[in-house]
Amino acid sequence: MKNRKVKLMQGNEACVEGALAAGMKFYAGYPITPSTEIAEICAQKLPQIGGKFIQMEDEIAGMAATIGGSLAGLKSMTATSGPGFSLKQENIGYAALAEIPCVIIDVQRAGPSTGLPTAPSQGDIMQAKWGTHGDHPVIALSPTSVRETFDLTIKAFNLAEKYRTPVFLMLDEIVGHMREKIEIPAEDEIEVIDRLKPEVGDTNYMAYRPVEGGLVPPMAAFGEGFSFHVTGLMHDEFGFPTNDAEVSDNLLRRIMKKIDVNVNDIIMYEEEQVEDADLIVLAYGGTARSARSAVKKARELGLKVGLFKALTIWPSPEKRVKELISNTKKILVPELNLGQYVLEVERIVAGQAEVSHLGKVNGEAITPEEILTKIREVL
Amino acid sequence: MHTGSELLKNNFRMERLPHIWCPGCGHGILMKAVAQAIDNCNLDKKKVCVISGIGCSSRAPGYMDFNTLHTTHGRALAFATGVKLANPELKVIVITGDGDCTAIGGNHLIHSARRNIDITTIVFNNNIYGMTGGQYSPTTPTAEFGTTAPFGNIEKAFDVCKLAAGAGATYVARGTAYHTTQLIKLIESAIENKGFSLVDAISTCPTYYGRKNKKGSAVDMMKYLKDFAVDAKVAEKLPKEKLDGKFLIGEFKKTTEPEYTEEYMKIIEMVRESK
Amino acid sequence: MKSQQEIRLSGSGGQGLILGGIILAEAAIIDGKNAVQSQSYGPEARGGASKAEVIISSDVIDYPKVEKADVLLALTQVAYDKYIKTLKDDGILIIDSIVKHNNTTHKILQIPILSTAAEKVGKSMVANIVAIGSIQQLTNIVTKEALEKAVLNRVPKGTEELNKQALMEGYHLVEEHTSLKVIV
Repeated sequence: MKNRKVKLMQGNEACVEGALAAGMKFYAGYPITPSTEIAEICAQKLPQIGGKFIQMEDEIAGMAATIGGSLAGLKSMTATSGPGFSLKQENIGYAALAEIPCVIIDVQRAGPSTGLPTAPSQGDIMQAKWGTHGDHPVIALSPTSVRETFDLTIKAFNLAEKYRTPVFLMLDEIVGHMREKIEIPAEDEIEVIDRLKPEVGDTNYMAYRPVEGGLVPPMAAFGEGFSFHVTGLMHDEFGFPTNDAEVSDNLLRRIMKKIDVNVNDIIMYEEEQVEDADLIVLAYGGTARSARSAVKKARELGLKVGLFKALTIWPSPEKRVKELISNTKKILVPELNLGQYVLEVERIVAGQAEVSHLGKVNGEAITPEEILTKIREVL
Repeated sequence: MHTGSELLKNNFRMERLPHIWCPGCGHGILMKAVAQAIDNCNLDKKKVCVISGIGCSSRAPGYMDFNTLHTTHGRALAFATGVKLANPELKVIVITGDGDCTAIGGNHLIHSARRNIDITTIVFNNNIYGMTGGQYSPTTPTAEFGTTAPFGNIEKAFDVCKLAAGAGATYVARGTAYHTTQLIKLIESAIENKGFSLVDAISTCPTYYGRKNKKGSAVDMMKYLKDFAVDAKVAEKLPKEKLDGKFLIGEFKKTTEPEYTEEYMKIIEMVRESK
Repeated sequence: MKSQQEIRLSGSGGQGLILGGIILAEAAIIDGKNAVQSQSYGPEARGGASKAEVIISSDVIDYPKVEKADVLLALTQVAYDKYIKTLKDDGILIIDSIVKHNNTTHKILQIPILSTAAEKVGKSMVANIVAIGSIQQLTNIVTKEALEKAVLNRVPKGTEELNKQALMEGYHLVEEHTSLKVIV
């Protein structure tokens, strides 16, 4: 019998528990609804394990200090919501280019601007992909339950460490604030990945030269005896700034490629009853729960409807969606925005299936009935 | 302690030199002063981090042979706070400019000072945005010119030292690119202070600030630093009219207060004991 | 008993209804069921209209929000007026004695929850515990053993006896005011 704990837990709390299980030792952030529980629990728990928590003076500083903590060798995280996610974007781009592993939690609330601070939304999905300037690699995960929040936070850290890149956990107010029963896996059931480090005393260490045959460079921490330079300018394999066209091109293509060639390791999804489906509801986050309920009700009514639940939203599950539309010619994307992820689905299917959208932006969750009504309309 | 070419070899990435600064720029002198102060303090090189933001000043760490981090505009102190808290064993030195530190990064400056976190900040203050081509900065004096103040600056300038002292820094001083011996000593004291320290290091920018404001050649600008800087201790004994048009250099504040990362370590000990 | 029960607790901010919801959900888990608790709230920390929702099920719970409630608790007039339309026609309504209504649709239990907490137990802040005691006694939605355990797990040290008494008063209120036991 494994030592598993069963308890009622909030999504935001499960996020911290997952982060701690993954080895998080550093948190820097700024208070913002509906993510504040994450900061509060980190403030409580991190000193108990010798970790560090700091409330910074603003959202930008929260992101900057998170990157600093990671450079000093600690697994680092910050959490925010829409307005703060906007403010953090420049430094997120820095982490992508300088290849600093870190995890950014965005508990999405209704926007734009201050919007509806206590209401759920999925309005930051495209911002996660395109929020910072320039091309950059993006990994974004979106849990639908408290247990998935725990699991995907661990996964977010593992991917950040493995690929030396910032990773987003796109929560929404529904999942972040709901409490539900969770069975926490035992420690030995959890896979934890740490960043690759250079060998001690390696005098030939180059901070941005990938390991032989790979795409990710080993990462030393400040204070370990490697004198190396980190910059947000385009840089050579030593880390020093360059204006060289070829070196710049190689760098940007490499950091994109380290995600592109590893999509099978990064992309996670779940499917239900898609084999014979005339229509697939493709959903993510809190909305996927409504979608699942609607699919069950549709099946009870004899409608051939399936569910595709995207757990990794960036990179998108392109290959699998292309396979699915060889049988299923209709896809419905319900989401708490006026049409974001549906654009990616339309791009993927490229006219080979009929894509419908159900958007809602009044600050309330999409109900199963609303999805069912839409299913009947488009089937 | 190393001097001359030994100082260079021990503290600089020789292969990265020469630097990109203009002829007559004071930043090279200031960078060497920082290196000399680090060397004089006998710090463990492995544990020294030099962190900068964006601008002319912020290119300095790339030339210096330590753990170096060139961050985003204005955010050097915020990155530095993360590095220092994550590993308090590190000696963290921030090199920043007047715009980087007091305009876009002003919030991080006052809060780093308020926390009294053990970071040594050296402001390479040239009274202008040099990297972007001569726009007025928060330390450009009123009525002077920049490319974005073509009719004269109508804003008041910050006194960076008063700003830092008022916000809670525990060591505050000003030096210049001319008075290097004194500047090195001030930076040494700043490094040795356990808490947030700031040295306002006055530089020269003949290319933009000098040209825009008819300050003459680089030599003339150096001469201005020599003739118009008055030591704070000397100034105390001088009548007010003798200080007209002058600026003060030397130590302005030196106190001892609880340091942030030490206080945090006490929290860790406290919660671990009570567990 | 239906496999899924949806409960809405409503009143004003500061009455501890979210904690009440958490305790009901934890009691359900102790009973071996699934439970989801959620809330909606405005910018106020105190006052305003507050609601907490609990869904208890022997099956997987997909949609986490209560659409039409099986049980509605309303401790204030504002909460009653706002949420009565979200109660199923065959749902159970528990309202405090201060609430005015001319409701003829629902099964209604009107009991003095707030005054019992303030006067009989002596602490108005235990109204939430009195209320969940009454909900248990009326609906048996969770077991008494599980509810008592859940209450004691959640309340601050030193207030265990007070909260136990509040729970008992909640049970008694139902016994005194109705001879019917509603099985939902």
